[in-house]
Amino acid sequence: MAEIHLTDPHHKFGHTYRRDIWWARPLIIFICLSVFLVYVTWAAFQGNHYTFGPYLSPLYSPEVFGDSPHSWFGAKPGWWPAVLPWSPALLVLWAPGLFRLTCYYYRGTYYRSFWADPPSCTVTEPRKKYRGENSFPLIIQNIHRYFLYIALFFLIFLLYDVWKALWFTRPDTGERSFGIGVGTLVLATNVVLLGGYTLGCHSLRHLAGGFLDRFSGAPIRRSTYRCVSCFNRKHMLWAWMSLFWVMFSDIYIRLCSMGIWHDWQII
Amino acid sequence: MATAIFQIWRGDASGGKFENYSTEVSEGMVVLDAVHQIQAESANDLAVRWNCKAGKCGSCSAEINGVPKLMCMTRLSELSLNKPVLLQPMKAFPLIRDLVTDVSWNFRVKKKIKKFKPRTPDAKDGTWRMAQQDIDRVQEFHKCIECFLCQDVCHVLREHQLHDEFIGPRLLVHVAALEMHPLDVEDRLAAVKKTGGIGYCNITKCCTAVCPEGITITDNAIIPLKERVADRFYDPVKRLLRFLFAKH
Ligand code: SF4
Ligand code: SF4
Ligand code: FES
Repeated sequence: MAEIHLTDPHHKFGHTYRRDIWWARPLIIFICLSVFLVYVTWAAFQGNHYTFGPYLSPLYSPEVFGDSPHSWFGAKPGWWPAVLPWSPALLVLWAPGLFRLTCYYYRGTYYRSFWADPPSCTVTEPRKKYRGENSFPLIIQNIHRYFLYIALFFLIFLLYDVWKALWFTRPDTGERSFGIGVGTLVLATNVVLLGGYTLGCHSLRHLAGGFLDRFSGAPIRRSTYRCVSCFNRKHMLWAWMSLFWVMFSDIYIRLCSMGIWHDWQII
Repeated sequence: MATAIFQIWRGDASGGKFENYSTEVSEGMVVLDAVHQIQAESANDLAVRWNCKAGKCGSCSAEINGVPKLMCMTRLSELSLNKPVLLQPMKAFPLIRDLVTDVSWNFRVKKKIKKFKPRTPDAKDGTWRMAQQDIDRVQEFHKCIECFLCQDVCHVLREHQLHDEFIGPRLLVHVAALEMHPLDVEDRLAAVKKTGGIGYCNITKCCTAVCPEGITITDNAIIPLKERVADRFYDPVKRLLRFLFAKH
């Protein structure tokens, strides 16, 4: 039996007494996330122009199988079903994709912008039934921590890509020498931003010490917890900056590879 | 002195409507001042709850231009007075009259949450020792003034009316304050999952946005609790390890 009886009648979708342009934020987020999703899906299925010199697009990293020199185990595997389109990105992109999909920040954001659940605070929703993350399917969001573990490995791979982006092969002699190109900085920025985002993850915060009730007597744990909490306070900002930069890094390498942009070598 | 119009909800559980009141406003006034002035001038029977006028008792919660706020902490200078200022009671609780709602549900639910249970005293005289660094986290939660604005704005309560299944952000903050307390040894995780309905929260952060005490409700209380619940109930590896190493 309901313990509480409210008097205010239900309103229709979008109703609110708010006076501000409450719809602007969810709309902007909807547009930005949609642009990202469309671009990344398109880029992932291209299967070409994802490397340029020592640079490897973060959407394709690590290149487990593929035709570029960055590939770990050689060309497209024979067991890949012929009916499926092939691109090296398809083998890896699910991991960072699921990490973001189950991220606490993005969850709250796309529930609002894509699901209008609610569209904004004190704005009426389109549907009356609500289950939240209390039952299937959204209860699965609780395994976010596993995608975090994978994302931490990806940070290492991306860091290695930056290291490789410091070594250029001279076309005339074939010699490898140290150098820094704009692309190197693009990839380095990408790792910094992704690092800021990943290291501020709520699941990492829990793992780093959030599960404890007492920190005294565990100074290293306490410092780690504080450090993660510090990144966590700006999790939204890191999430957006890293999202944008991952896309930009791919665009940069793609356009250089297509000969449209020129990679300027600084050193 | 300027004149401002206030559109105030008048009525009770059986129904009501907005009524317009105009009153003189001056610099430094807050919404509650204007309501008191209207009460004195033209609506002696207007019901409004207030106490401290300092944002500390949590009594004067209402919806101002559609946003849950404390009337005593909302300056008129923050609002546009070109249009009538809309004043309504909180939507997530049963209306008593005009701007006053019955928030007793919160207290009934709070009573069902397991009480603070400290470990055995650290010293012979029956006292405990706590390090400041251990209590830092829960001190944020102790700032709560129980204004219930977060409960009011939470769509699970206000829109879906799941009061029987979800205890709401305020009470999740209360559970977090107890669960993370360095002295407490009680276990509330099963309860916060089942009867507390923490899974209903979809972390859309409206509660954090309205909290007049600036408590980071979602990030610091609800999500850490969700993570603890995930540890206990959803993490397959942790469950397996607990099973393997449990004292059978
Ligand atoms: S974050 Fe959760 S508790 Fe807070 S308003 Fe949103 S659904 Fe309610
Ligand atoms: S958590 Fe904040 S908004 Fe909620 S009841 Fe406490 S003070 Fe009010
Ligand atoms: S009158 Fe006490 S909080 Fe407003």
